[in-house]
Amino acid sequence: MSLATGALAGLGAGPVPAAPPHASPLRRNLLALLGAAILFAVAARIIELRPLELIRDAGNIGQFLKGYLRPSFANVPEYAWQCVVTVCIALWGTLLAVTVSVPLGLLGARNLAPHPIVYMAARRVMDVLRAVNEFVFALMFVTAVGLGPFAGMLALGLHTGGVLGKLLSETVEAIDPGQLEAVTAVGASRAHAIAFGVVPQVMPNFLSYILLRFESDIRSASVIGMVGGGGIGFYLWDTIRAFNDREAATVILLIVAMVMCVDVVSSRVRRAAI
Amino acid sequence: MRSIVSPVISMDRVAKNFLSKRALDHVSATIHPGQFVAIIGRSGAGKTTLLRCLARALTVGSGAIHFGDVDLATLAGRALREHRAQVGMIYQQFNLVRRLRVLDNVLVGRLPHQTGWRRWAAVARWFAPAERAIALRCLAHVGMVDRVWQRADTLSGGEQQRVAIARILAQDPRVILADEPVASLDVLNGRMVMDTLRRIASGAGLTVVATLHHVDYARAYADRVLGLRAGALVFNGPPSELSDAMLVDIFGEYPPPLVAAGAAPFSDVAAA
Repeated sequence: MSLATGALAGLGAGPVPAAPPHASPLRRNLLALLGAAILFAVAARIIELRPLELIRDAGNIGQFLKGYLRPSFANVPEYAWQCVVTVCIALWGTLLAVTVSVPLGLLGARNLAPHPIVYMAARRVMDVLRAVNEFVFALMFVTAVGLGPFAGMLALGLHTGGVLGKLLSETVEAIDPGQLEAVTAVGASRAHAIAFGVVPQVMPNFLSYILLRFESDIRSASVIGMVGGGGIGFYLWDTIRAFNDREAATVILLIVAMVMCVDVVSSRVRRAAI
Repeated sequence: MRSIVSPVISMDRVAKNFLSKRALDHVSATIHPGQFVAIIGRSGAGKTTLLRCLARALTVGSGAIHFGDVDLATLAGRALREHRAQVGMIYQQFNLVRRLRVLDNVLVGRLPHQTGWRRWAAVARWFAPAERAIALRCLAHVGMVDRVWQRADTLSGGEQQRVAIARILAQDPRVILADEPVASLDVLNGRMVMDTLRRIASGAGLTVVATLHHVDYARAYADRVLGLRAGALVFNGPPSELSDAMLVDIFGEYPPPLVAAGAAPFSDVAAA
């Protein structure tokens, strides 16, 4: 203790004061680690995790992929058109999602909801929309509007609407309350308070979430055709199931190219807008 | 004082608790039109709580606050919004909408004045040219007209507070409530802000109520001082009656005599 020099030398000498009691986190961390290990071990048994078989029989995958090495170009125009349809499904699906998410997200934000019951209701609606997979929605809408891209777009829009609504409500809850208070304090109406006190604060994040979900919707739209939701997914399903390897390879390549193109475009938009 | 003029604000045994902690302890006072009133006291003495009650951002626990003839506790919905339009708020942290331009921030003050379809146009941030002209004149009054297209978060603290003052000028209220308007500013900017508030108060006949934790500011600018200690009103009078003993009463054992008694406050700044 007498080693202290410089600023430390000015501190009082004598016995070191005792720190207040504090439980060591070591025991708790070890217990948590053990609990996680057990959880994952049980889960591994349930999903029949057998890594050795993957290594031993990896050659079979090569056999399977061999058929994909020579993609066919016979039906490329049709597949390309279905890719266009897929992008359109995602575009309108995202637009529907934004339309659904704005009222839900605002009402489902604790600091904007006019009443706790409204808040709870909006939250539960968003929970349901998120919990139900877009494929389930698609099967539902196919019975209403028939097979095709319209059903797929509705399904994507509803599910993504729940996701975007949740993200929006959390963004709204994180705003600086002072800016909103100042707008409210001039006697602004609720619509004015949202337009001036909330929108400028949440817009950059919300735009970014919309683009992120659009990219994700492209991937979903590319498989929703499997259940009759239109787009390239139908051919993906059809060619794989028929073991038409060369055609399937073409479809997969086109999907990959489409996703990459959309990601490039949307990241450009993101940089320009935010 | 000016008993012929009816008070603009009257507080009658206003009390407010936060959980079990007493924030305001039966405060009674009246504030007359055109007065510049400073509320002083230590941190936690209830200054901000009192101001927020006057602004109807909080409701009083017991007692009543009348604004003109209106009991604030009865206000709701449209009537509450109309009351808020009569009261301009200035904040310690300025509370400009940081991502909006200076002009849009001043136009926020014009929101309660929009009627008919213009209310809806204003949701899309569209205002009539006459409204923008008002906003520009308000900015010119605080010397910020050259910053009109800048985003609010690019301004310094003093500049932001001046834009906030332009915002309440545009709002055209009857009363200005200022919550520690200079606590986040350096002395020069603080004086500029206080001078502007003072000028508005005497020029337009507006009433200003400001919480301040520096006695110097209260002495230099206020017509009347309310001293709070632990939520209770312990002083209510002109700043000339603020004796050293009185300051001890308000601030406790360590009054901050930054300026020797009798010296003009801020004489050092004025010389600079």
